[in-house]
Amino acid sequence: MGKTIAEKIFDAHLVDKPYEGVYVLSLDMVFCHEITTPVAIMDLVNRGLDRVFDPTKIKAVIDHVTPAKDSKTATQHKILREWARRHNIKDFFDVGRNGVCHALFPEQGFVRPGYTIIMGDSHTCTHGAFGAFAAGVGTTDLEVGILKGVCAFKYPKTIKFVLKGKLPEGVYAKDVILYIISQISVNGATDHVMEFTGPIVDAMSMESRMTLSNMAIEAGGTSGICYPDMTTVEYLWKFIQNDYPSKEAALKDFQKWVSDPDAHYEKVLEYDLSDLEPMVTYGYKPDLVKPVREMEGTPIDQVYIGSCTNGRLEDLRIAAQILKGKKIAPTVRGILSPATPEIYFQAMEEGILKIFYEAGFSITNPTCGACLGMSNGVLAEGEVCAATTNRNFYGRMGKGGTVHLMSPATAAASAIAGKITNSPLYRGK
Amino acid sequence: MRQFDGEVLFLDRSDINTDEIIPAKYLTEITKEALKPYCLEDLKLEGFDPKRDLAGKSVIVTRANFGCGSSREHAPWALEVNGIYTVIAENFARIFRQNMFNGGMLAIELPKETIDEIFREFKGKKTYAKISIDPAEIILEAEGKKKTYSYTLGGFEKALIEAGGWVGYAEKHY
Repeated sequence: MGKTIAEKIFDAHLVDKPYEGVYVLSLDMVFCHEITTPVAIMDLVNRGLDRVFDPTKIKAVIDHVTPAKDSKTATQHKILREWARRHNIKDFFDVGRNGVCHALFPEQGFVRPGYTIIMGDSHTCTHGAFGAFAAGVGTTDLEVGILKGVCAFKYPKTIKFVLKGKLPEGVYAKDVILYIISQISVNGATDHVMEFTGPIVDAMSMESRMTLSNMAIEAGGTSGICYPDMTTVEYLWKFIQNDYPSKEAALKDFQKWVSDPDAHYEKVLEYDLSDLEPMVTYGYKPDLVKPVREMEGTPIDQVYIGSCTNGRLEDLRIAAQILKGKKIAPTVRGILSPATPEIYFQAMEEGILKIFYEAGFSITNPTCGACLGMSNGVLAEGEVCAATTNRNFYGRMGKGGTVHLMSPATAAASAIAGKITNSPLYRGK
Repeated sequence: MRQFDGEVLFLDRSDINTDEIIPAKYLTEITKEALKPYCLEDLKLEGFDPKRDLAGKSVIVTRANFGCGSSREHAPWALEVNGIYTVIAENFARIFRQNMFNGGMLAIELPKETIDEIFREFKGKKTYAKISIDPAEIILEAEGKKKTYSYTLGGFEKALIEAGGWVGYAEKHY
């Protein structure tokens, strides 16, 4: 019997099988941010275990609240900063060089096909877009990862999603993943790896694949995985060009990390998405999804474009296409958070920031801030936000607030209309 | 090893997420104890008031997919500092469940039919749960009614409970 990509990665990283079905894996990367890591650091210090397994395999960033908004967040930053210095963790991204972790770390070339990656952040599944097994963990798993370079997982069961057809114009990876979650529910992939394949995934950019994998956790998935291909090689080429004689050689090597044709799946789900419409959430769970058409006219107070789901250059370009020469509704606050300094800079060079500025958006530094109601765009009681983020839990962006998840195109069009609406880029029915 | 027994809090809803268990704005706290007053503050469940309903409870019985959403271990910690060491549900979100065992807490999964039966028989009554690891058994008692349920605990989870958590286990083995 053949193996899935996740099974191959597990077998290649096996350190111990202490109990039936439990795999302790060696880790290629441990990513850290300032919200969940300081507690791990303090616990390690208190236990007299203030060590790291390998400083070159630990990457750290301040991204959730940045710059510090108060003394508590300043303390969190300080703990992380001093720990990184103490242990010679060179890849530490402090204010000015910092961006949203799941956008920043791939951009810095820290992800490879076949890697095992953990982070104390549920959206770590994003990095599966590169053919890696990347999973969000809690602080204790993070602590052991930092200390020992290992993490325990159940042997992965996989659901394969075959995405067929061609997406209509104006329909994006965000619409695809919202649709998939609506089909299988927020509990539909719990304890499973979600493998995304088929012509629609093949045609996607790395940025779109990251959007797709980012929301695997919203269906309960441990990781969302795409097969590495030439698109993956092209994205990583500047980081790997000294490791391989040619892009073809890199591709050949990367293709160790694809599932065998006779691999076992728990389920194979096929969707032809040729007629998919732009989608939007309507409740307090990411599986409550409708076509935008059916939510047309829903009033909004704020529009947020950013986050680890949709704060990348591709997303900003799409939104700018719609916003160019337009003003957002006077009743709406528009907030743009480019996900990394590089994205910010590119958007500036391309004139995208000017378009957002002229449309009436407030442009913040790269941060996770508004997405989880920690800073930079918190909602008041009863307010509604059209957001390109990944979670619409009750009160997510602020107590009593409501979040509707959507693509950057839908968010930009809705900002102009002052209510939820389809984008002019959508050329469907 | 920890004492898992105590009075039951019934949360009759599926998909109770980590933002409901502890909102993100409190993640700037760097001690577990500081989370205590905010536990389940944003829970969307009719008739539930954390200030009134959490007091004296040690066990939660709920429906499916408890703890979905964020990886924040602050969610089980918020329960822990309120004296709740056990959650019984149809199933859990993976990270939340692992966080529970990693911290020496107990996440018990029972079939949907059993959870349905427990809600039917005990919800709304002052219910006491006696929970043992060996044998893996729950005894629920309320108003003279007494029922025993067995559950399955994996070898790894049992080892984590016995080691008081994953850091202790890993320090010994790796």
